[in-house]
Amino acid sequence: MEYLNIIFQEVYKILFLLVPVLVSVAMIVWLDRRVWAFVQKRQGPNVVGPFGLLQSLADALKYIFKEIIIPASSNKVVFILAPIVTMTLALIAWAVIPFSETQVLADINVGILYLFAVSSLGVYGIIMGGWASNSKYPFLGSIRSAAQMVSYEVSIGIIIINVLLCVGSLNLKDIVLAQQDLWFVIPLFPMFVIFFISALAETNRPPFDLPEAEAELVAGYQTEYSGMMYAMFWLGEYANILLMCAIGAILFLGGWLSPLEIYPFNLIPGAIWLILKILLLFFLFALVKAIVPRYRYDQLMRLGWKIFLPFSLTWVVLTASYLFYFNLLPIN
Amino acid sequence: MAHAIFFYIFSAIAIISAIMVTVSKNTVHSVFFLILDFISISCLFIMIGAEFLGMIMLIVYVGAVAVLFLFVVMMLNVAQQKNQWFLSTSSSGHIPVGLIISTLIFFEIIIVIGGWKYKPDLFDINNSFAEANMTNTHSLGRILYTDYIHVFQISGMILLVAMIGAIVLTFRHRSGVKRQSYINQISRERSEGVQVLEVQSNKGIKIDD
Repeated sequence: MEYLNIIFQEVYKILFLLVPVLVSVAMIVWLDRRVWAFVQKRQGPNVVGPFGLLQSLADALKYIFKEIIIPASSNKVVFILAPIVTMTLALIAWAVIPFSETQVLADINVGILYLFAVSSLGVYGIIMGGWASNSKYPFLGSIRSAAQMVSYEVSIGIIIINVLLCVGSLNLKDIVLAQQDLWFVIPLFPMFVIFFISALAETNRPPFDLPEAEAELVAGYQTEYSGMMYAMFWLGEYANILLMCAIGAILFLGGWLSPLEIYPFNLIPGAIWLILKILLLFFLFALVKAIVPRYRYDQLMRLGWKIFLPFSLTWVVLTASYLFYFNLLPIN
Repeated sequence: MAHAIFFYIFSAIAIISAIMVTVSKNTVHSVFFLILDFISISCLFIMIGAEFLGMIMLIVYVGAVAVLFLFVVMMLNVAQQKNQWFLSTSSSGHIPVGLIISTLIFFEIIIVIGGWKYKPDLFDINNSFAEANMTNTHSLGRILYTDYIHVFQISGMILLVAMIGAIVLTFRHRSGVKRQSYINQISRERSEGVQVLEVQSNKGIKIDD
């Protein structure tokens, strides 16, 4: 009975987190298309509901009623598992995101490592989908994406080390609280830029959307998917993008902290500030999609390994030396 | 109680998936079972309070090493080779070697764990740096970067040397490979690439190349 109570409480908390995340995923799809359209002087989805806000709902309804086609020569178990893996991994990461000092589902000591681990597992959904489809375009797309995500994870890891040097803890709450005086975006601005670009590559967003480059690979690893399974890939992808924005907001933009600790800003709860910061980063994501042309694959690899990796590694040495020389190392 | 139930669930998944790695006929499935094994072992690490090791297990083994395994298995035709082992009637030479090695590992583990449990003086646990109110990561870093810094750095160097060695062994210069030069591509001007010509009607034009 006691266990049952605990389980019900936790399920309630999880639902209270997951339902807003899923709804906001649907909303940012609309926002993404809208921003994309405005950059290109179009209207975008503006028919369903006020300002087209319900467009994603209409799309979801359409996906639900479509037939799910499983190719005859595919590996059926892995084929069905792939979108489920993508979706699950994109959602479980939200467990450690702190919305304020008290509003966090799981306050674990190694929060940032957990986020890094979950985002590095995200590649499996794509590899499984590409391999199980048993067709060349999905396979090529998934191989591209695996190489791309593994490469950019390295530079994201090193950027996280930069932040951790300034914080002295792997706990996400401590990371946010360490930014009370100064957000890390100011001293570590080059790292923020590299993090943003690496996050674009990590989530397969344009200009790094080579795994699904429609001119070469039809739709990459999603080619054989249809109906609700395609929608799950799609939702998982956008949930991952939101997650990357949240990580960026926590590492560099001070998480739930308000920009100025003065009267009118103090009244707004921390969760709102975090959501605003996530939306700001997502707006940048959407802008980049509209204004930057797609990279060539060899240039993408060169950027990851030959430019970002050495640069962020040098920055680790610089940060560490600076903190050591001025005796600023966080020792607890 | 709940702890024990979860322990048995995770260890059962770990053992079953470890068996499936060797038994399943499809090589790619083997790698997927290996990944499941890694994940359940990292869950076990987290359950004994070693959350840093569990996360590193996920990041390094599942996030990087198993991806490379998958790459190799998908690109090379290992599946066919493995099928031949299963289908061939003659007994394979790999089985006795594998049995001997696995028995050795089994006894080693029994000695270490038995000794740890029943003969505590066999092990030097006095110089552990772990303090009561210190997180796992913190105490691990303390030991690794003070007492064992040389061992740690040497192991890192060995990995680096192994990586460079592998690259040098497989690297070869081939003639006739077309390479892209970024500087040339970016610094190209309109005057080099485009030529405006007057074309007379019905005459055409001859472009020298």
